[in-house]
Amino acid sequence: MSALSVHDLRVNFGSVDVLKGIDMSIESGEFVVLVGPSGCGKSTLLNVIAGLEGSSAGRIEIAERDVTRIAPKDRDIAMVFQSYALYPAMTVRGNITFGMECRGVPKAERLAAVERVAKLLQIGPLLDRRPSQLSGGQRQRVAMGRALVRDPILFLFDEPLSNLDAKLRVEMRMEIKRLHHRLGTTMVYVTHDQIEAMTLATRIAVMNKGVIQQFADPQTIYDTPANLFVARFMGSPPMNTIPVRIDTENGAAVAVVSDGEGTQRLRLDLSAAVAASWVGRDALLGVRPECISLLENEVGSPDKINLLAAEVQMIEPTGAETLALIRVSGTDVMAKMSANARPAVGSRPTFAVDMSKACLFDPQTELRIS
Amino acid sequence: MDRTLSAGYLGRRFVLYAVLVAFAAFFLIPLAVVVINSFRTLEEITQTSVLGIPRAMRWDNWVQAWGSYCLAGSCTGIRPYMWNSVALVVPATIISTLFGAMNGYLLSLWRFKGSNFVFGVVTFGVFLPAQMKLVPWAITLRELSLSNGLSGLILIHVVQGMCFTTLFCRNYYVNVPADLIKAAKVDGADFLQIFCRIVLPLSPPILIVTVIWQFTNIWNEFLYAITFSEGSHRPVTAALMAFSANIAQAREYGIESAAVLLAALPTLLVYLFGGKYFLRGLTAGAVK
Repeated sequence: MSALSVHDLRVNFGSVDVLKGIDMSIESGEFVVLVGPSGCGKSTLLNVIAGLEGSSAGRIEIAERDVTRIAPKDRDIAMVFQSYALYPAMTVRGNITFGMECRGVPKAERLAAVERVAKLLQIGPLLDRRPSQLSGGQRQRVAMGRALVRDPILFLFDEPLSNLDAKLRVEMRMEIKRLHHRLGTTMVYVTHDQIEAMTLATRIAVMNKGVIQQFADPQTIYDTPANLFVARFMGSPPMNTIPVRIDTENGAAVAVVSDGEGTQRLRLDLSAAVAASWVGRDALLGVRPECISLLENEVGSPDKINLLAAEVQMIEPTGAETLALIRVSGTDVMAKMSANARPAVGSRPTFAVDMSKACLFDPQTELRIS
Repeated sequence: MDRTLSAGYLGRRFVLYAVLVAFAAFFLIPLAVVVINSFRTLEEITQTSVLGIPRAMRWDNWVQAWGSYCLAGSCTGIRPYMWNSVALVVPATIISTLFGAMNGYLLSLWRFKGSNFVFGVVTFGVFLPAQMKLVPWAITLRELSLSNGLSGLILIHVVQGMCFTTLFCRNYYVNVPADLIKAAKVDGADFLQIFCRIVLPLSPPILIVTVIWQFTNIWNEFLYAITFSEGSHRPVTAALMAFSANIAQAREYGIESAAVLLAALPTLLVYLFGGKYFLRGLTAGAVK
C-alpha cells in the first residue's frame, strides 16, 4: 500500500519557486530520508506534507486519501521537530497526552498510552518533570514519545538530531533505526547530514533547488549517483570528479588524465555504443576516495586496477585511515589509504585506482553517462 | 590592593553619593511637601508656610479627605470617587490586556497577508495625542449613549489601551518558537486551545507588564476622566479637581494633600509590589 504519494507538488513564495514539481511515492513501512543542502526545499516539503504550509499546486495523498486541503490534525501524521517543540508549561506526561486531549480520547485510554510509550522509550521516571528540567537527549526522547503515542500512518522528522552533540546523535540515530524496525511504520525524515541519510534510510531522496535529484536506495545513490550534484553531496569525503578525455586503447574505452607530467590512462567500463559516441570528448570521471589507494594495498579485482601517479599535497590521518589530498588533472582529489600510510608531501607515488565503481559524467548536462 | 581605603577612592565615592542624594532630594521635594502638609492644620499652614514640620502627627486631614470632606456639594470625601476609579480601572485593565494578548498572539503566531500592516495601524494609536481624539470620542460616546458614565470611560481605555497591550504582547510572542505552534497544530489543537494551553502559560512576564502599565495609566488619566464624567460618577483624578475649583471657601491644604496622597496610593502600591516584575518583563526575551 502506498503510505504517501506526492504529485507534481509546487510551492512558491512570491516569485521564488521553493519546490518545482515534486513527485514521490512511498510504500508503507519505508524509511525515506530527504537530504540536501540548506535551502533546497526539504523542510518545506516536509511541512507541506504535514499541512503546516500550503502548496501552490499539486496533490498529496496519505494512505491513498487526498489530504491536500485537509488540516494537519486530520492527516493521521505525527511530527518530531528539530527544536523538539515541547510545550514548556506542561509536564512530560502533559506533553505526551496533549494531542489525545485535543482529540477527546478518554482519560483511561490516555494513561494507558502514556505508560506504553514511556516503557518503549524508557522515559517513565521523567513523566512528571517539565521540559526545562530535561537534558537534550531526554527532550528528544519525549518529543519522539509525543509522536509515537499517536500511532499514525506517517511519522515526519524534521532534522531531529541536529541539536544534539555528536555522541548522543549517533546513539539516537541507532535508536530511531531500532524503533523503525520494531514498529514498521512509515517514516519521512529530513536531514542535511548525509551520514544520517545513508545509515537510516531504506530510500533516499537527494534534493537541490526545489527538485529531487535522485530517489533511490542508499547503495544506488552512493554507487551510481544520477548526476554531479548527488555525486558531490553524498559521501564523506564526497566523490572525486576528475576532468578527463575519452579515448580508445586496443578497442576498449579509456579515460585520459593529463597534467604537467604527461598523460595517464584509466580503463573504463563502457558499453561499445556509449564509448563510440564519447570518444574524443571531455567528461568528468567520478571516483570515490576509497577506490584510490597507495599501490602496495591491493584493491578490488586485479584486472580492474589501474595505476595513477599523482603528487601528494597534504595528508590527514584520522586514526582508522589516512586521507591524502592529491593533484590529478589540475583538480584536488581525495584518496583513502591505510591507517599507517604516510607518503611524503610533495612526493609523486603511484596510486591504484579501482575503476569498477567509477562513474562518468557529462560536463554540460551534469548527468551520469550510462 | 587596599582600594577601599585610599583617600582618592573615598573622595570620589563621596562626591558621587552627594550628587545622587541631591538629585533624589530634588525629585522628592513635592512628595515631601504633600506628605508634611497632610499632617498639619490649616491654621498651622497659613500662619507659617507650606514648608514646615508638623507640630503633631494629626490624622484628621486623612480621615476627612477619605470620608467626610465636602466636594461639589456632597460631603462624602474622596471615598466614592476612589471606588469609581476602581470600577473603571479593573475592567478596563483586564479587558484591554486580554484583547492585547489575543491580538499579539494573532499578529505574531498566525501571520496572515497584511498582518504587519494591521500591526502598524494598531500601534500607530500609541503615537496619537489624547487631545486629538477628544472630539471623535465625544461623538462616539454620544452616539452610543455612553457619555457621562464609567462605561464610556471603560470603552475609551479598552480601545486606546489596546495599542499598547497589542504592541507589548506581539513583541513578546514573536519570540515564541514557531515549532511550538506547529507541534500543537499537528496535535490537533485549535486557535483558542493553542492560546489558552500553550501561549498563555508562557505569558505571565508580559501580562504583568501590561497590567501594571494599563492600571497606572488608566488610574492616573485625567483628560478623558474630566471630560466624559460628571457628578458622582467621576473617577478620583477628576474629583480632585473639585478641590481647586472650590472657590467659596479657603483652600484646605492639609485635606487636599491627604486626598492627593490617597488617590496616588494604589499606583504607588502597584509599583512597589510589581515594579521588579515590570522591569523583568520588559527585558524578558531580550537576552536569549
